[in-house]
Amino acid sequence: MSDPELLAHGCPNGHYTNPGHERCPTCGESQRETVDLADRTGEVLTWTESTATPSGVRRPNTLAVVVFHVADTTVSVLGGTTEPVAVGDAVKPEYVPELRDPDVAVREAASQAWDGYRFRPVRDE
Amino acid sequence: MDVAIVGASMTEFGEREGWLVDLLAAAGAACLDDAPLGPDAVEHCYVANMAGGEFEGRTGVMNALVQELGLIGAYTQRIDQTSASGGAGIHAAWQSVASGASDCTLLVGGEKMTHRSTPESSDIIASLTHPAEYKHGVTLPSFAGLTARLYLEQTDATREHLAAVAVKNHRNAVDNPDAQFHEEITTEDVLDAPTVADPLGLYDFCPVTDGAAALLFVPESVAEAVTDDYVTVAGVGGATDTHVVHQREDPTRLSAVAESAETALEQAGHGIEDVDVAELHDMVTLLEPLQLEALGVTDPGEGWRPAVEGTTARDGAFPVNPSGGLKAKGHPLGASGVAQVYELVAQLRGEAGPRQVPSDVALATSIGGFGNCVTTTVLEGAR
Ligand SMILES: [Zn+2]
Repeated sequence: MSDPELLAHGCPNGHYTNPGHERCPTCGESQRETVDLADRTGEVLTWTESTATPSGVRRPNTLAVVVFHVADTTVSVLGGTTEPVAVGDAVKPEYVPELRDPDVAVREAASQAWDGYRFRPVRDE
Repeated sequence: MDVAIVGASMTEFGEREGWLVDLLAAAGAACLDDAPLGPDAVEHCYVANMAGGEFEGRTGVMNALVQELGLIGAYTQRIDQTSASGGAGIHAAWQSVASGASDCTLLVGGEKMTHRSTPESSDIIASLTHPAEYKHGVTLPSFAGLTARLYLEQTDATREHLAAVAVKNHRNAVDNPDAQFHEEITTEDVLDAPTVADPLGLYDFCPVTDGAAALLFVPESVAEAVTDDYVTVAGVGGATDTHVVHQREDPTRLSAVAESAETALEQAGHGIEDVDVAELHDMVTLLEPLQLEALGVTDPGEGWRPAVEGTTARDGAFPVNPSGGLKAKGHPLGASGVAQVYELVAQLRGEAGPRQVPSDVALATSIGGFGNCVTTTVLEGAR
């Protein structure tokens, strides 16, 4: 079975977001396009290592904002990283079936997805 | 209708024994004692509170408060705008009087947090985030870490420069008997503290706090008749930014601060250069420079300079957070925006004691999330 998609959602005016929204936050049009980023390479815009983490979250929790090129524009995606990263690093998404323990989260477990992607640095071979 | 504030109070901030309604009642009663009007005058009673249901398992706190204060019959509602609930409460209270719907509105903001562990309370606060953020275990401090790394890369600022905000605000809190902390700290203390969200450490962030604060709003015509000692609400503005924090075009620009301040200042007929003193939402050191930039006090990328150069100290040209700010006074979510204005009322009345700065026009900015929802208030001393 292949991994789920990591989607950028686009409107007719060429704006893309992840996650998607009912209407494009920039222009208000419906987001009808999707582009799967799961196999693409992005670049670390910024990162942090969070040590005071909520219940059910790994500690430390390294998080990054990663920028992907889509069509003529870019889209930012937030996710954890599999190992330390630096600004400007090339990274690829890696599927994780459960990102935190939903059973000890304040949020109702059934109300949202708990799987998703972390980013792994692409090292020179 | 022009709106005035004729009563103000706050409880001590810190680890408090009382629960949410106890704290709200203490602040509300003290505010009515401070005001030249009694409980009979109150027509609307608003409670600013982010998460009483989640922290304490108690809802309906606004109705409970009405009874505790002897206000039965008054219209009541609870106002939640996450960590900007206090600012949103000011917006609502001002609106109620300005519209003529109420001739006397009591606003009480409060939060009870310290009985929860840090992982629990950070999860309650993080529950304001989008599912796509929440599933990754984000916290509000982690947004600050992500943004701080960009800011330090893109500007001439260093961690030492950001630490100057913490040092200044702790210094100010020494003279505030209601503040959570009364100890001065050094730049080294800030830099040596354990990391919370790299590159930021424990002393870059506000503590977890219990507390409440209250304000009484009436038409200015009523204020004139009952006291010489009132403050006018010259302008109030509210605005929003993206809910998903990483979807901002410029992650270091607080656009909702800029927009809400523009609205409030325009209403007040002032420019930012007319403002003598400000209370800004320094949940983390970084937010003070980012707000100074959004308010137009400095150019973009330069907001770290005033704390370093002393401009925002109490004896500087533009004092910021004379109360100690959220950083050192403490940050009981729903109380903070109300307590900011409590401090500015004291400043404008000339009652701030050792914290007093010369002021006729004051500004407060209350931020929800990481700049997601913002209310800015401009106040003037009695004419
Ligand atoms: Zn669009």
